[in-house]
Amino acid sequence: MSVAIGEHAPDFTLPDTDGEGWSLAGDGSEATVLVFTCNHCPYALAWHDRILDAARDYAESDVRFLAINANDAERYPRDSYEAMQGRVAREDWPIPYLHDPTQQVALAYGAKTTPDVFLIDAEGRLRYRGAPDSDYDDPEQRAAWLREALDAVLAGREPERPETTPVGCSIKWKR
Amino acid sequence: MDRGLSRAQGLDIGPTIELLWWEGCPSTERAVTDLRGALDDLGLPGEIAMREIRTDEEAQAAAFAGSPTILIDGVELMEALGRGADDEPAGLNCRVYVRRDGRMSPTPDPEDLREALRGARS
Repeated sequence: MSVAIGEHAPDFTLPDTDGEGWSLAGDGSEATVLVFTCNHCPYALAWHDRILDAARDYAESDVRFLAINANDAERYPRDSYEAMQGRVAREDWPIPYLHDPTQQVALAYGAKTTPDVFLIDAEGRLRYRGAPDSDYDDPEQRAAWLREALDAVLAGREPERPETTPVGCSIKWKR
Repeated sequence: MDRGLSRAQGLDIGPTIELLWWEGCPSTERAVTDLRGALDDLGLPGEIAMREIRTDEEAQAAAFAGSPTILIDGVELMEALGRGADDEPAGLNCRVYVRRDGRMSPTPDPEDLREALRGARS
């Protein structure tokens, strides 16, 4: 399963690290950014601050960011729900960190890596999917591809670059 | 090449470098490029022996703390730099390196590679 650019994104309800449920639908945001991520992947960690900076910058534009961890915690204990809670408690997270223990949401979106970014507009349609920017190793990129797509969607335009190749660690699927 | 014989004959064959990698992590090519760059910077000969880790069992047996893991003259990079043994659990993972400016990265800091290779020569 996966969702293509322009298609309606699948709804879901997942718990954050406080146990509060978050859904895609019915929020009323101008846009929602889903970031499939995790605790242990160096690519996810390298891009993490850039994504959080974007979340802070676009909060005033009524853009909601949701981070989702779908990795198999049995084989990768550092991606457990408890490890997620510990990380959020230690760090400054301006966005909810959701747990997808059945991996059904990651499967429904066709998420491949951490990170893998999905931008969904106010009507629930997927408008961008891929990497935050072109180089995990260059903080000056500032999640430029995601910001370009966000600016376009907020301005009522089609993103010039609606899809890029996600780069990162493979999502750790259950066996 | 018989490395022991070459060394005994006084030939400069450079350090022994082994790079352990896992296909689930896309950092291998970058790591090899950085290693070759570090060797070139230091004017060192040296071949990089590539060793693929395919299973959890192989990862455990090799104490593979993630891809890429780099051994220089048999010593793991972080140990060679005197930063202690790796506390990462062995397994099929991408390895987290910390760059000299504090950033997390899938590959070692190139200056760390050069420092470790210089250390192997001394």
